[in-house]
Amino acid sequence: MTTLEALEEKIETPVKKIISITGSEAVLEAMIAENVHTIFGYPGGAIMPIYDALYDYKDKLEHILVRHEQGGIHAAQGFARTSGKVGVVFATSGPGATNLVTGLADAMIDSTPLVAITGQVFAHLLGTDAFQETDVINITTPVTKWNYQVTDATEIPAVLAKAFYIARSGRPGPVLIDITKNAQIQKFDYEGYTSCHHIRSYRPKPIVRKEYITEAAKLINAAEKPFVIFGQGVILGRAENEFKAFIEKSGLPAAWTILGLSALPTDHPLNVGMLGMHGNYGPNVLTNECDVLIAVGMRFDDRVTGRLDKYAKQAKVIHLDIDPAEIDKNVKSTVPVWGDCKETLPLLTELLEKKDHSLWLQKFNEFTKKENELVIYDEMHPTKEEMSMAEVIDALNELTNGNAVIVTDVGQHQMIACRYAKFNESKSNVTSGGLGTMGFALPAAIGAKYGAPERTVIAIIGDGGFQMTLQELGTIMQFGAAVKILILNNQFLGMVRQWQELFNEKRYSFVDITSPDFVMVAKGYGIEGKSVNKRENLKAALKEMLDHDGAYLLEVMVGKENNVFPMVPQGCSVAEIRLS
Amino acid sequence: MKQEYTITVYTENQIGLLNRIAIIFTRRKINIDSLNTSPSEVDSVHRFTIVINETEEVVRKLCRQIEKQVEVLKAYYNTNDEILWQEMALYKVPTEIIAEKVKVERLLREYGARAVVIRKDYTVFETTGQREETEALIKALEPYGLIEFVRSARIAIIKESHGFHEKLKEFEQAQPGEDVAENEYLSKQAEVFTM
Repeated sequence: MTTLEALEEKIETPVKKIISITGSEAVLEAMIAENVHTIFGYPGGAIMPIYDALYDYKDKLEHILVRHEQGGIHAAQGFARTSGKVGVVFATSGPGATNLVTGLADAMIDSTPLVAITGQVFAHLLGTDAFQETDVINITTPVTKWNYQVTDATEIPAVLAKAFYIARSGRPGPVLIDITKNAQIQKFDYEGYTSCHHIRSYRPKPIVRKEYITEAAKLINAAEKPFVIFGQGVILGRAENEFKAFIEKSGLPAAWTILGLSALPTDHPLNVGMLGMHGNYGPNVLTNECDVLIAVGMRFDDRVTGRLDKYAKQAKVIHLDIDPAEIDKNVKSTVPVWGDCKETLPLLTELLEKKDHSLWLQKFNEFTKKENELVIYDEMHPTKEEMSMAEVIDALNELTNGNAVIVTDVGQHQMIACRYAKFNESKSNVTSGGLGTMGFALPAAIGAKYGAPERTVIAIIGDGGFQMTLQELGTIMQFGAAVKILILNNQFLGMVRQWQELFNEKRYSFVDITSPDFVMVAKGYGIEGKSVNKRENLKAALKEMLDHDGAYLLEVMVGKENNVFPMVPQGCSVAEIRLS
Repeated sequence: MKQEYTITVYTENQIGLLNRIAIIFTRRKINIDSLNTSPSEVDSVHRFTIVINETEEVVRKLCRQIEKQVEVLKAYYNTNDEILWQEMALYKVPTEIIAEKVKVERLLREYGARAVVIRKDYTVFETTGQREETEALIKALEPYGLIEFVRSARIAIIKESHGFHEKLKEFEQAQPGEDVAENEYLSKQAEVFTM
């Protein structure tokens, strides 16, 4: 049993007397049995029976009507990321289902537990090019952990039990269940819901090999310059405390990937910053200086490693991961530690000797100092009249004290927000990391708010990304999710512009994007808003946004041609990181 | 160094799994030279035999990706000297030529070919063997008016393998294999209510 699962409420519906229900009712009974309260979705012809059944379940299941299926699935992702539960989305067949594909791909690469239910045409119409028929199973196969087409209602309870189990266990991921209309309508003898805990062919967690733990501990104990890099595995495995105990025992400096962010509080003395292309100076340079590199729940993405043949070649690599396919995929490990880090980290910690690595840690601090002098200080205190993104995030930190959930879109603002936002709590950073899906933030923030209703949720979005899914303002209007929307507007598709400036001789090809009056757009949806372009108004405006009761949109005009630094240019090693 | 590897995959019998396995190769632009699906020694467990030409590192990573699929029980990879393998080939040739030319008859005997059907107009021969053997017979038959040729996918037995029964006990634990759901609705089209 995985930790994710262990913490989910144990749901074992006692076998009731056999009753006759429809397939649609069985779907909703499964939702209730799996402790689902919130569903994001959009109706349509082929899923109408399920929506008809939903009419009678309104007191038990909250359904949020989004404005586009992509918004629905991103909301389910945001929900899953802040709540740690499985996100659920409903869509109809054909275009409804194909609109889910981006979100499925995003959830697949970022290991987000989701169950997507799509309606499908009647079973006897399959393959006839019927109205709104699409081969959803084959379209979604590469972007789902598992998918299955139900054509008979009797299959529904067991298939949904399997779907939830697969989505949340092991390395989580999206599961899609396609249900033909006849199966939704069909009545059958329902014997109650039994949750799934075992599938013969499925190994969610590899067996922990003690000899590798011993070997890993030996390497760490003998290391002069050990360096820990961690990813979302720590959050997904709910191993934040185990991770902290592990690095604290012998004072191991630790740096995070973009999805690992918030697993360890930003101000923890051993938190040395962000890895990768726009990460911090020290963690990148010192990756190529450490003697033992300990990777925890991360997958050595190319944005983290830079040029692979010049990545940490001097170091012995210990790789802890629940997914055996990740071990040795990109970086060859000296010691592979298969398993759930919730289990493996304490075993490893126990064998660690208390050691003083303060001199080595000091080295990170020296780099931080240098980065502060050469990059961060200027970012925070620009001499130009134009505001910088970093000073906006800095001002926001002061007001939130690092307690907010920050949802980011994709691009420059995302890198700046991840670099500078402060976090005290885990599951507070929601971003599209692996897929880099523009338009993710607004709908994901809606879901994030439902996943953590008591917390402040701030969506930080660029002017480009916001225009990709701004129709979800309608969802906010109708259902009142109190999402704070902070648009950092540089009037450019900034990240592509930065690359064009640095690598394409400033040939700005289609990055100049005009925007509507965002405040007026928000007003149209009944959402309060404001736009600021002067530094002296920034803090008051941010405060007004946070204090406002309900959703609020704040647009901050920032410097048009600011670049994000440091930067590891593509094809360069992490040690070749540029500060300007 | 690239060489021929035979990948043996034990799976549940589930619709769509062939696609899930195939896209692991196609996504990485790797050509599948031969693919065979068949039952295995264990009831309800299917066996895929896939042949590709790649480096060991790539093959190992592919096997891990295959094993990651929910319905896959196990994936093994082997070089040609670790397995016994066979392919079957069928050759259609004009009967009159065979009847006339004694040389052809000798050829067929030499290659261990067996006649599957003999008609007035054509005869179909079958051989079983390795790639070079079946290929050599095509070459030999070409001058005598070979009409049609087809070769099956490779099937292979791993020399070191003790079968999958023991391994499966480990996998089985509580849950036995599932049968593919027969769907009454697919065969009762007319009776189903439509919108």
